[in-house]
Amino acid sequence: MTALSVRNLRKVYTNGTVALKGIDLDVAQGDFFALLGQNGAGKSTTIGIISSLITKTSGKISVLGHDLDLETAQVKSLLGVVPQEMNFSLFEKISDILIFQAGYYGIRRALAIERMEMYLNEMGLWHLRDQPAIQLSGGMKRRLMVARALMNQPKLLILDEPTAGVDVELRHSLWRFLTQLNEQGTTIILTTHYLEEAERLCKNVAIIDGGEIIEKANMKLLINRTSMQTLVFDLELPLFHAPKLDDYQTQLIDELTLEVQIKRGQSINELIQFLNEQNIRIASMRNKTNRLEELFLHLITENKRNKVDEP
Amino acid sequence: MNPRTGFYPNWIAFQTILHREVTRFMRIWPQTLFPPVITMSLYFLIFGKFIGSQIRPIEGYVYIQYLVPGLVLMSIMNNSYANTSASFFLAKFNKSIEEMLIAPLSNLTILLGFMLGGAVRGLLVGLIVLVIGLLFTHIPLMHPLIMLFIAILSAMVFSLGGFINGIYAKRFDDISFIPTFVLTPLTYLGGVFYSTQQLPPLWRQLSWFNPIFSMVDSFRFGILGISDLPSFYGFAVVLLFFLALFAWAWYLLRKGVGIKV
Ligand SMILES: Nc1ncnc2c1ncn2[C@@H]1O[C@H](COP(=O)(O)OP(=O)(O)OP(=O)(O)O)[C@@H](O)[C@H]1O
Ligand SMILES: [Mg+2]
Repeated sequence: MTALSVRNLRKVYTNGTVALKGIDLDVAQGDFFALLGQNGAGKSTTIGIISSLITKTSGKISVLGHDLDLETAQVKSLLGVVPQEMNFSLFEKISDILIFQAGYYGIRRALAIERMEMYLNEMGLWHLRDQPAIQLSGGMKRRLMVARALMNQPKLLILDEPTAGVDVELRHSLWRFLTQLNEQGTTIILTTHYLEEAERLCKNVAIIDGGEIIEKANMKLLINRTSMQTLVFDLELPLFHAPKLDDYQTQLIDELTLEVQIKRGQSINELIQFLNEQNIRIASMRNKTNRLEELFLHLITENKRNKVDEP
Repeated sequence: MNPRTGFYPNWIAFQTILHREVTRFMRIWPQTLFPPVITMSLYFLIFGKFIGSQIRPIEGYVYIQYLVPGLVLMSIMNNSYANTSASFFLAKFNKSIEEMLIAPLSNLTILLGFMLGGAVRGLLVGLIVLVIGLLFTHIPLMHPLIMLFIAILSAMVFSLGGFINGIYAKRFDDISFIPTFVLTPLTYLGGVFYSTQQLPPLWRQLSWFNPIFSMVDSFRFGILGISDLPSFYGFAVVLLFFLALFAWAWYLLRKGVGIKV
């Protein structure tokens, strides 16, 4: 069954902004799905409509087979949403925020308290449970919203930039947690501007640009389509001009940094062998940009260029 | 039927909202419960004791006794209104209203939760003011059921009014406009401080069109057993306003006015 199906979804805001131009989206049950796009592409608008916070102009949405318009309450009870922007009262106690949220879902107080304890622990906020939310740091507020979204144990969890402003260690622990949740059967949709995060977590991806979906694909297949990657070598000994390597484009950034572009089909092994033959000693090597990032920028630029070409 | 969307979950959601509303005004009691205590004590002291001692009794009651029902109901009305208007506006302002909008509870549940939350504050303050009044004077309780009925229904009417104000409010100032320019004048001219019998005929008849006057009048009838108007009049007005404001608030909530883009 599909966890989420979106058909021809359009949104025109009252000020005339066309945020969504009729998008289609299918997310399979059990998927870990990335919705990527630049600022203003329409990600939060899409999520807002799915979560009943924004009214759609037209289109059809169903969650696990339930139509949002006809079975609103059913759909809502299956959903958990972590919004992009803070939306809780700063003066409320952290534990209360979670218990009240559960109450709105009709969950008994005793059970709500149990879950509150579990998810606050999971998010590393248990020791702050009696504090008002205003005392939390930015990253903690975000984790509070993750805990809150879990209170009704949703079948479909949607996270709008959950890791923005979350520190490295906690980001990794959040990734582990989400992966685990996904393995236990929760379908997850994620938006993020950290493409490395999307690449690492997500099985499928859609890219939205200017209110249109411009790419939908399996993450691995999409990444394999990257035609070019740039490797950056940090050198042990200074170099004064870029080495000539047949077939590879090289560029010396500074005397200790060499960039080499390799095309699909070219071998990294061979490249390293060439460098060895020229007595270039490598201290370390990395990708200049994440491959998904490169592809993403490429697709977006293409889309914009096509737009300009249109009469 | 889905166990999450029937009556029982909405009942829990309703209790949750009520609990949250009460927690909110109790948390900020220096802003919500304390000021009326000060103001009303001053009213009792100045109008009741100092000035009131020089005023002729009204229908057998000394002035301060006459004053108690009016001030109690005024406190109920003001505080019910203030609670929902501020609470709902703030929930919009900090977006915490989304916590409810995203959940499967019905609009009716949201409305009932906010309405009763405001009414509880109004009635609590009313009770406090009554107790303060009793420190200054003694009063009979002629028709307790009528008094309770008017108190509870006016609390809900003004709570609903505040809710509607909160829905429309775009800025903080918008929630003080109606109380300052509409409710306060109508209350002060609504027989809280005087009997309309004392007014010239034209003003007396105009007063009858003031809905707050009829509520105050019936409430006073409940406590002191005296009234300017037939007491069913206040009943009718408060019921009518309750039904009309309830329908209006529910309609606005269903349409998502002020809360959905
Ligand atoms: N309330 C609103 N009223 C009018 N226009 C809006 C409103 N909210 C968003 N928009 C517009 O709709 C478009 C899509 O915005 P949206 O918030 O969905 O983007 P996004 O993909 O989430 O971007 P970001 O990555 O910055 O969060 C933008 O052009 C934005 O200006
Ligand atoms: Mg966004």
